[in-house]
Amino acid sequence: MKTLSKITKYIRSKNAGPFWVTVDLFFKDKDSFFYACKNISNEEVSNILKIKRNHLKRFDIENLKVIKFSFPRKNIQGSRLDRDMHGASFAILFEKLSV
Amino acid sequence: MNKKTIKVLVPAGALGIPFDKNALINGIKQKPDLIAIDGGSTDSGPYYLGSGESKYSYSATKRDWSILMEMRAKAKVPLLIGTAGTCGTKTSVEWMLKITKEIAKENKEKIKIVTLKTDLSNKFVLEKYKTGKIKPLEGAPKINEDIINNCTNIVALAGVEQIQKAINTNADIIIAGRSTDTAIIASLPIYHGLNIASAWHGAKIAECGALATNNPNSGVVLLEFDHNGFTITPMCKNTKATPQTVFAHMLYENADPYILLEPGGYLDVSNAKYKKHKKNSVRVEGSKWYNKKPYTLKIEGARLVGFQTMSIVLIRDPKYIESIDKWIDKLKNSFYRKIKNSILVDVQLELRKIGKDATLGNLEPISIDINEVAVMAIFTANSQEKANDSAKLLNPDLLHLALTKNEPMPTFAFPFSPPEIDKGPLFEFCFHHVIEIDDPKDFFQLQFHKI
Repeated sequence: MKTLSKITKYIRSKNAGPFWVTVDLFFKDKDSFFYACKNISNEEVSNILKIKRNHLKRFDIENLKVIKFSFPRKNIQGSRLDRDMHGASFAILFEKLSV
Repeated sequence: MNKKTIKVLVPAGALGIPFDKNALINGIKQKPDLIAIDGGSTDSGPYYLGSGESKYSYSATKRDWSILMEMRAKAKVPLLIGTAGTCGTKTSVEWMLKITKEIAKENKEKIKIVTLKTDLSNKFVLEKYKTGKIKPLEGAPKINEDIINNCTNIVALAGVEQIQKAINTNADIIIAGRSTDTAIIASLPIYHGLNIASAWHGAKIAECGALATNNPNSGVVLLEFDHNGFTITPMCKNTKATPQTVFAHMLYENADPYILLEPGGYLDVSNAKYKKHKKNSVRVEGSKWYNKKPYTLKIEGARLVGFQTMSIVLIRDPKYIESIDKWIDKLKNSFYRKIKNSILVDVQLELRKIGKDATLGNLEPISIDINEVAVMAIFTANSQEKANDSAKLLNPDLLHLALTKNEPMPTFAFPFSPPEIDKGPLFEFCFHHVIEIDDPKDFFQLQFHKI
């Protein structure tokens, strides 16, 4: 088991328009990338985000050593219950994830 | 008239973001055919579209824009801004026009300006909605007639067909309302019959200026488009675009890194090849463009949902920090008891614990010992007066509410007098939809201005 913060260069999350958030995990090297591709479960990612499994999109991008997750925002950007205008803090949730 | 290559100079990711002036001068030396810059997006939140205001100040925008106008005069090519004034509504286009005229007058410049407004009336959108011409994109919120009627501003995002028409007027400066970030760059190469997919792809790569290079803050990049692909070159010294930095930009603010939906079709970059070119450039070929019928434009709208007042209180007493959730429940109960049977009955209160979980809410996985916590109370009502009255109603509790009956009255820390801060109107984005239209070329009106 390794935490994602140990095997990534950095993790970034950002709005993809007002209705979606996208998270990019930049891995340190190909080994870490392939290890994570095999071991990150979409189930667990949906759990830490408290979203439905079928709302999560995932892209494993070998050329960039990146795994990308995108999901619809629970609260629309800037709506009354939104806490993070740019969706930047979702990245933190991934850093502690064990794979 | 058709050229074999078209050069588009992009000074920065958006007007208002810093750029390196020397890099811009280098860019002008490359003899671009067009200088194109984006003026905003939805990224700063719904307030700007809701109010029709700009995020950047008049003076800062004027300072940056006057540098670009000076460079345009040197290069003798059109200068184009899309999504003028952050949100690209008619009022922000007028605001940008005022700045432009003022600068031209000060510099005794004689120029031709064209404006392209992309606002849609609520009535027009409602008609389109009733006839099934408004289609949801994935993850769209539900809409209805009331929501459409309550929008303070609705805009459509202009595509290349509409931007081309503005460029074709031979204006010196084009001020466009809401446009896709890419259309303002892709219009000219597509007009000259160059590779359509590469025009869109290059435009997407450069839409944030030098973010696709190893020196994002330098701003300025040059795109060269031809029949087979495009080349991106940073204009700042010691700055490099690499196949990695360029491809990686497809990830940025994109839910899908391979597919980009645009007016009239979509771009697929799954098979694109990114190659190092000369010293610090990247050459890209192999993307594909697919036309879609009927022609659609994406729409954006913001509606007024209420008015807000905010109060902040700082808690330093360890006993209260330990029982902060209990204290917050007590505050809430007290508030709802007070507003019952009053005209404030429909006011909504939200209490966030800054220092504990204000950012992530119920997703916060960590709980650690803290020495202080701020409670941010947010009141949302259907008028500013009611929001402020509600905050005043809770004021004594925020200051003195005791957890138990028998303790001496506590007092917490207010950082301001008064602790209530009126936030003004609250807007909400309400469309993630496209509108089907029959007349892409003539959908928006152009206006001409001479100085």
